[in-house]
Amino acid sequence: MSEALSQVPLTSYLLVGLILFSVGLYGALTKRNAVIVLLSIELMLNAVNINLVAFAKHGLYPGITGQIFSLFTITIAAAEVAVGVAILMALYRNRGTVQVDKMDLMKR
Amino acid sequence: MSGEFIAFFILSLFTIGGAVFMISFTRVVHMVVSLAFTFLSIAGLYVLLEAEFVAVTQVIVYAGAVAIMMLFGIMLTPHREQEEDAGRAQKVVAFIAVAAFFLIAFFIIQGTTWDPSVHHFTEDNTTMIGKTIFTQYVIPFELVSVLLLVALVGAIILAKREENDSE
Repeated sequence: MSEALSQVPLTSYLLVGLILFSVGLYGALTKRNAVIVLLSIELMLNAVNINLVAFAKHGLYPGITGQIFSLFTITIAAAEVAVGVAILMALYRNRGTVQVDKMDLMKR
Repeated sequence: MSGEFIAFFILSLFTIGGAVFMISFTRVVHMVVSLAFTFLSIAGLYVLLEAEFVAVTQVIVYAGAVAIMMLFGIMLTPHREQEEDAGRAQKVVAFIAVAAFFLIAFFIIQGTTWDPSVHHFTEDNTTMIGKTIFTQYVIPFELVSVLLLVALVGAIILAKREENDSE
């Protein structure tokens, strides 16, 4: 009976995730400050999480597994941010910059 | 027009709005604050999807820890008052690539017939997650704890100043 109620369809959640992913991808490709590039990557990971949680409720095989996988993703993302910021610190100490277009040591 | 639709509309508007503002702002601190706003709105979307535990985790980890970590990263590295982007050609190429990806994924999502049935979780959300993690997913859980430890040690070692640093 409750399934007959008007629900927000799965497509809407997927579209929100898609728009977030696209915005994050554009930011990661065009921003020069490495901290902002890391932030854009976080945005893309969040879009994936929205998809996982949406499929946990609306998918063909619904269940709690989707939410658990998004919890794992959140953990990995937090670890990634910590290591990423630490790498930026080391890079700034050695090269004196955090602009991604100045990090061309291996290109020359 | 049910309340769920209105809540979804407002939350997704805030989510996408925060992300777009993040891209268009020129000051880095403003970018981080607008992204924290996006993270909070995503937590609201999780509540709509009956994932309360994930929503609270999202608020604690993303809106709390990641945003503060990014602010630390910005404050400890040099940033200009007005952050400039990549060159015009690179922007145009990136925009075309992202737009192509968006259109392809959009038509795939629209063209697929999704199963319209909706699953309602009967048990308490936190109880279900706890039971499943500690029975079915024990090994991934332990691996994740090891990974967190490795990331902790690695971040400290990477960010630590070397002993024989000349300057």
